[in-house]
Amino acid sequence: MKKYTNTGSKDTRSGFGDGLTELGKTNPNVVALCADLTGSLKMNAFKDNHPERFFQIGIAEANMIGIAAGMTIGGKIPFTGTFANFSTGRVYDQIRQSVAYSDKNVKICASHAGITLGEDGATHQILEDIGLMKMLPGMTVINTCDYNQTKAATLAIAEHHGPVYLRFGRPKVANFTPEDQKFEIGKAVQLTEGTDVTIIATGHLVWEALQAAETLEEAGISAEVINIHTIKPLDEEAILTSVAKTGCVVTAEEHNFLGGLGESVARTLALHKPTPQEFVATNDTFGESGTPAQLMEKYGLNAASIVKASQKVIARK
Amino acid sequence: MSDNKSLENLVTQVRRDILRMVHKVNSGHPGGSLGCAEFLVTLYNDIMKLNDGFDMDGKNEDVFFLSNGHISPVIYSVLARRGYFPVEELNTFRLLDSRLQGHPTTHEGLPGIRIASGSLGQGMSVAIGTALTKKLNGDDHLVYSLHGDGELQEGQIWEAAMYAAGNKVDNYIATIDYNQKQIDGATDDVLPLGSLTAKFEAFGWDVLEITDGNNIQAIKEGMAEAKARTGNGKPVCVLLHTEMGNGVDFMMHTHAWHGKAPNDEQLETALAQNPETLGDY
Repeated sequence: MKKYTNTGSKDTRSGFGDGLTELGKTNPNVVALCADLTGSLKMNAFKDNHPERFFQIGIAEANMIGIAAGMTIGGKIPFTGTFANFSTGRVYDQIRQSVAYSDKNVKICASHAGITLGEDGATHQILEDIGLMKMLPGMTVINTCDYNQTKAATLAIAEHHGPVYLRFGRPKVANFTPEDQKFEIGKAVQLTEGTDVTIIATGHLVWEALQAAETLEEAGISAEVINIHTIKPLDEEAILTSVAKTGCVVTAEEHNFLGGLGESVARTLALHKPTPQEFVATNDTFGESGTPAQLMEKYGLNAASIVKASQKVIARK
Repeated sequence: MSDNKSLENLVTQVRRDILRMVHKVNSGHPGGSLGCAEFLVTLYNDIMKLNDGFDMDGKNEDVFFLSNGHISPVIYSVLARRGYFPVEELNTFRLLDSRLQGHPTTHEGLPGIRIASGSLGQGMSVAIGTALTKKLNGDDHLVYSLHGDGELQEGQIWEAAMYAAGNKVDNYIATIDYNQKQIDGATDDVLPLGSLTAKFEAFGWDVLEITDGNNIQAIKEGMAEAKARTGNGKPVCVLLHTEMGNGVDFMMHTHAWHGKAPNDEQLETALAQNPETLGDY
């Protein structure tokens, strides 16, 4: 089985910040908007390099989404930055009417997604945002797994016309995907080849899935790990091809099982090839305060949970 | 510049369009539409600098956003009569497969519309965004928006008002349709607005009033003054005093026609008060 190396842990939000810095230099139409979280979103370099293209909106996320929609009229490509909770649930109707229904070329970039925001607790964590965003017609939904992939995705979405939700996180996590990768929206990345179980993961759970695959290999189980960075549009072909081989699937995400990647995969399987599936996700609950590692363990969002789910789903075949 | 007589003829025809549109489908919002007919006719045919044809980006021309999207009948009629799309298409208002949705949208590609509106309070933010882009592009044309007074009860309006003044968005004129009525009754009874002049001035806007917002000459003079005040470091707010249902006697001085269509007999009475000028669609 192919092995992956952590080349040095980094936060995915820094991948966004560095990608935005690069876009500032290469694409004069890119503008950035932030709702009083410039440091947290790693947007300071863009702000310093291009003060005329950086818009500090203040603590007014609804206004930020509306301004971003308006800025597209005349050819700008706005990237909005705030926490995932304030990027989605707080401004759902603004995104729905002024961005999605109006088909505006706005990139909603959301940090501190999921439970790994940590100590601030459930008011700031969000485990429902993938569901909220994927339900909007025309919205592209991306959840990247490491620094390199987040940087590549940030560059790629500037080239894509249409509304995009880009989800990433706060903590330092393993950086293991190639530095020079080309990010293809809607194209799954197969990380390992296997025959016994397909593990489909997104975001921070991709690295956990790779760790789980190593543990499973030691137990004689061959796992195929697929990184779904784009939840919508979903790469159904990659999923069906893998499942045709393995006959069962585990989905893993830092999100409620309701509305998440797992449900999208389940629909694909129900339509084309009904297959046993287990869900590594939060179980219809809010989060709480704690360190990211403690929370991932308590809410069953780690390699150990993926191993257990894999054994369970293989037994159901 | 258009003379007042031809604008008045156009207003009368727009009133007929509004009434016939909502009557046909027995739905829609005639009251606010009639109240803003003089303003929008004058804005599109005398005040704004517009290019021929429609381009979403609106570069090198003035741009207008309707934030109170429920008065869609009047904007559809004004756009059609200005040549953005065939007037015959007004026949499809609110029907299945129409570009003239209940509330305006870009979704079906109707020329003249640049943002969906209907869920209230969002248009000022959008207008500010376009005004900022115009500044970035070195485009010295203006951005206009129209809002209901009841719409000012939405919190996002005040986020936007604070931003526009704080960031000197001075290429922007927001007009408030100040008819003091909303669905449930008088704004003073539903949620008092207090002094809008004092509120906008406290936020840092330059505010002026057009006390007869259904008079074309008053609109011309007021909006000329508003334009003259742009470029001075402040966004400009126009309080446009209007009469809901203006031009149809039984629809005036009441909020009853906010979202109600006339029946056959009422339509006949209303049309008799507004004889055909430019030809019905």
